[in-house]
Amino acid sequence: MTAVPAAVPPPQSAPALGKGVAQARSLFDPEILVMAASGSVKKLSPRVQVKNPVMFVVLVGTVITLLEAIAHPSLFSWSITVWLFLTVLFANFAEAMAEGRGKAQADTLRRMRAETLARRLSPSGGEERVPASALSKGDLVVCEAGDLIPSDGEITEGIASVDESAITGESAPVIRESGGDRSAVTGGTKVLSDRIVVRITAERGHTFIDRMIGLVEGANRQKTPNEIALTILLSTLTLVFLPVVVVLQPFGRFSDMLSHSHGAVDVVTLIALLVCLIPTTIGALLSAIGIAGMDRLVQRNVLAMSGRAVEAAGDVQTLLLDKTGTITLGNRMATRFVPVGGHSEQEVAEAAQLASLADETPEGRSIVVLAKQRFQIRERDLGEKPSFVPFSALTRMSGIDIGDRQVRKGAAEAVRKWAGALGGTVPPDLNDVVDALARSGSTPLVVADGPAVLGVIELKDVVKEGIRERFDHLRAVGIRTVMITGDNPLTAAAIAQEAGVDDYLAEATPERKMELIKAEQAGGKLVAMMGDGTNDAPALAQADVGVAMNTGTTAAKEAGNMVDLDSNPTKLIDVVEVGKQLLITRGALTTFSIANDVAKYFAIIPALFAAIYPQLNKLNVMGLHSPTSAVLSAVIFNALVIIALIPLALRGVKWRPTSAASILRRNVWIYGVGGVIVPFIFIKLIDLFLTATGWY
Amino acid sequence: MGYFWTLVALVAVLGLAWRYLGSYMEAVFAGRVRFLAWAERPLYWALGVDPGAEQSWSRYAGALIIFSGAAILITYTIQRVQGSLPFNPQHLGAVTPALSWNTAVSFATNTNWQNYAGETTMSYFSQMAALAVQQFVSAAVGIAVAVALVRGFARRNSPTIGNFWVDITRCIFYILLPISFLGGIIFVAQGAVQTLAGPETVHNLLDGATQVIARGPVAFMESIKQLGTNGGGYFNANGAHPFEDPTGLTNFLSYALVLSIPFSLTYTFGKIVGNLRQGLALLAAMVIIFGTWVGFSSYAESQPNPAVAAAHVVTQPAGNIEGKEVRFGPMPTTLYDIASTQTSTGSVSGANDSFNPMGGFGLITGMMLGEVTPGGVGSGLYTILLFAIVTVFIGGLMIGRTPEYLGKKVQAKEMKLAAFGVLVMPVTVLVLTGIAVSVHAGRAAIGNGGPHGFTEILYAYVSQTNNNGSAFAGLSGNTAFYNVTGGIAMLLGRFAIIVPSLALAGALATKGTVASNIGTFRTDTPLFVGLLIGVILIIGGLTFFPAVSLGPVVEQLSKGLF
Repeated sequence: MTAVPAAVPPPQSAPALGKGVAQARSLFDPEILVMAASGSVKKLSPRVQVKNPVMFVVLVGTVITLLEAIAHPSLFSWSITVWLFLTVLFANFAEAMAEGRGKAQADTLRRMRAETLARRLSPSGGEERVPASALSKGDLVVCEAGDLIPSDGEITEGIASVDESAITGESAPVIRESGGDRSAVTGGTKVLSDRIVVRITAERGHTFIDRMIGLVEGANRQKTPNEIALTILLSTLTLVFLPVVVVLQPFGRFSDMLSHSHGAVDVVTLIALLVCLIPTTIGALLSAIGIAGMDRLVQRNVLAMSGRAVEAAGDVQTLLLDKTGTITLGNRMATRFVPVGGHSEQEVAEAAQLASLADETPEGRSIVVLAKQRFQIRERDLGEKPSFVPFSALTRMSGIDIGDRQVRKGAAEAVRKWAGALGGTVPPDLNDVVDALARSGSTPLVVADGPAVLGVIELKDVVKEGIRERFDHLRAVGIRTVMITGDNPLTAAAIAQEAGVDDYLAEATPERKMELIKAEQAGGKLVAMMGDGTNDAPALAQADVGVAMNTGTTAAKEAGNMVDLDSNPTKLIDVVEVGKQLLITRGALTTFSIANDVAKYFAIIPALFAAIYPQLNKLNVMGLHSPTSAVLSAVIFNALVIIALIPLALRGVKWRPTSAASILRRNVWIYGVGGVIVPFIFIKLIDLFLTATGWY
Repeated sequence: MGYFWTLVALVAVLGLAWRYLGSYMEAVFAGRVRFLAWAERPLYWALGVDPGAEQSWSRYAGALIIFSGAAILITYTIQRVQGSLPFNPQHLGAVTPALSWNTAVSFATNTNWQNYAGETTMSYFSQMAALAVQQFVSAAVGIAVAVALVRGFARRNSPTIGNFWVDITRCIFYILLPISFLGGIIFVAQGAVQTLAGPETVHNLLDGATQVIARGPVAFMESIKQLGTNGGGYFNANGAHPFEDPTGLTNFLSYALVLSIPFSLTYTFGKIVGNLRQGLALLAAMVIIFGTWVGFSSYAESQPNPAVAAAHVVTQPAGNIEGKEVRFGPMPTTLYDIASTQTSTGSVSGANDSFNPMGGFGLITGMMLGEVTPGGVGSGLYTILLFAIVTVFIGGLMIGRTPEYLGKKVQAKEMKLAAFGVLVMPVTVLVLTGIAVSVHAGRAAIGNGGPHGFTEILYAYVSQTNNNGSAFAGLSGNTAFYNVTGGIAMLLGRFAIIVPSLALAGALATKGTVASNIGTFRTDTPLFVGLLIGVILIIGGLTFFPAVSLGPVVEQLSKGLF
């Protein structure tokens, strides 16, 4: 240990990072609103606009109406121009809103990345201070209590408690140690105690925090496969509406000739019709929906490395869940005392409690708790000073010696031999009890007070409360759950039965996990799994959705396409939900957008040909005041509906775990049928309002 | 037989055809029907085709294009030189180049748009060797494409989608030839003309006038004209000519033949993909739209003709009789013409021009929906499958899954092809109509003023782009302008949908399938049928609403009706 003083934590680490990245902001956080408002103007650049074909057409249309308004000024042409321009701005605003939420999180993260000094170990064994940004892959650095870990790495020596709240929002420190699956550390987290040597595993600018910043900001956001497919559909529709509208000019002129009416088709109205027909609602909100989907995952402390993974999550048909921590509480608990050989249950409980007094394992503590619950057996004055016998792999027993009295609990075989050696006889019913418990998936611990074998403690894996219902929900939406456990098939079957999973993989090894994933995929299913160990890495990479726990190894984190900062295995279910919500929102708004066209036709077509065929006013079923007010009302509705739907786009359409058919029926009613009806009502209301102003 | 019983009998016949012809066609394309193998083999040998070797989608499409190109060329040439060819009792001279081009394209694309009067333009040889041959092969091409697309859905990780040469050969040998032969016998038995003798000159003893009565090899052409959803009649009057459609039985046979293959192919589809309910769902969508249109137009035509009513001369108890085939009555005529417009057949038994505005609206909108209810032979099925893909894309998203159809994921590539295939028709129609109404050559051809004149032009392009071939009449279409642009419409409406469909077949065949379960968007339920109908109506409606409102809609409104 050299005498170099510990690095002073830089002041930048002081800001309240207690909530981690996962701080949820209100939908209309004023800070974000301001940021989005300025963003919506910046996004007017044609270079940005051209990426969204639908809105680009609106922008071009706005320019044409502007020229027309300058050439032939009228209240109508200027109003249309302004509202078309607002339509573009509103679309930009929606996207900027979605990005703004990510940007706010990214700023918090950037502060964490602030320049720290690293203590690099030189090959000669000496230590030098270099800026964190000068570290490269493979460097060894030393971190002591109070130091910020300069970059991502793996502990090569030592053990330390680390405060990872900056990333996970969880304030309790975690233990990180060399070797095994808990050796990964993240740059920007803080060592609270002890000293560790870390080998840097990330290149400059490619640390976990850098990636997080990029992700939440959506800076390098790539369109996901489904988004591309949807954009193609929307662009094709836009391309089709172009000739549909353009030919109305010659159609109108020809009809004018045929009917000798001296009417003409107005260019501004044609542009208005075009903008109303092309799917602007979904076109404006599409990227916001995608960004918001990622953001919702971040709020649940899950970082998706790509939007593709989020989409795949919606398609997942098989979930591989680790038993421990996901399905069960993770520790076996004492649930029952079973007496044998004519002894009473209380005798068993007392002896078991004695044998477990010094047992600090969760199992041991649960025995003490159960004894208290069942028979109010509390800690007693044991008279003589007891001596505790700890568990060893050799004896496979633990217990207590009080004077001459020896109480033991342990594996059936071990206790039986031990009691036999003391001259005791094994009660004949012991074997049956032990076998029965083992068969039901429990772990039997035999209790003996000296040579007398008193009974058996049943240790059981306790299934989490409410997990059964969650699996039922998943089953309702067609997702099969498979429990992965290292237990023997007997135990696994019993727990699977109790938890209500569809299938289980017992005595699981990384190879067998991999085989299972491949088998499911060969059957055409998409598989999601969660893992943390290095040996999970291949399976994580193979799975369609691989969620690595943040506590896991670097290898696991790199193999997966999502990282769960909370390292909570139940998250997988949330991820699926967010994926589905994202897709539903896209589908619902597309349907809504197209369904809206019906009402817009009824508003604009009679107005467009009013001068040529006044008879067509019979199609004006809404009874709109005049041709100009009708067209303007449709355009205003078209613009305002974007603003009105921003909250829906950001929050996502509600998703309930029911069958596909009932979800579809519900959404078709709301967004399809509703999408036909709603604009009739609102266009009429806007028209009434415009008429009331007396301008139109 | 009353109209009601006609409909009952038609449903019964089509029901049987759906079940038995549908499964027979599956057996034919799976290669299990082999009784004419002795005739197939020498043909493959002559073509240099290995019937066992399958083709990738691009080779399949290439073969199809070469074949159709050759068909157009041969049909064109025969018309141009018919004066020097045999079987020409009237000594008809060469057909003009523009008309030959239009007619060649028309018959090779299964459109059968006719800018000529058959009895005074085409020699018997041209009718038989040029036109009737195309009525067989163009129908076979359409069915082959549909089968290839369905194979794309059914296959997994397959680089090929079948062999074009084998598919059309089997289709002609085992399906089209036998059925149209049997149908032709009935037509002959009922009195349709079938002769190589020239026209008959008749002296009317009552008024002393002399009449030339055209004849020819009509009956068997009539059979394939209907069965292959071709529609190109021997005579100018088409199905309204008693030599083409002599009796009530042949009239019934006409609609039965027209509808049988398009509807039955949904069974074939269900059988190939291994789930008959999927075929039933498509059938349901077709039947519901078709039935609605029959009902709507029958109602419209049961109303008095407004022009006749305005003259205050006669009452019209039977509805609009003007322009109807009076031998059968207005209702069978309406059924015949609706069946013909919705199957891309285009044969007519009445004057479409004389339908009431809303009846005419029924005819033109039936085509505007893309000829999928049930559409032409093969083309109806492959086009409705494109609509189905668009439907599952939107519907699938709404349940929170990336969309899939029959276990195949619908991604960017599939979406691109399906959207293109669905939308090429409305764009072609609108652009060509836009050009026609903007130039003198286009405007000069109309027969009526007002919105009716506009409808005539719109109808011409809707009919040709949809490879329907029915004419609204009134338009003088045999001009260089209409012959050439019509040819373009027919080519785009045919091949700009076929090629994407085959590309789609190729893309789907190479994919694996994903398992379906309760979380999957089911495509064999009434909900899907409803959505599919909705998508077909919405796409048709959104693209044609403005155009239709300038034609039949404003015409109907002007008459003060609605």
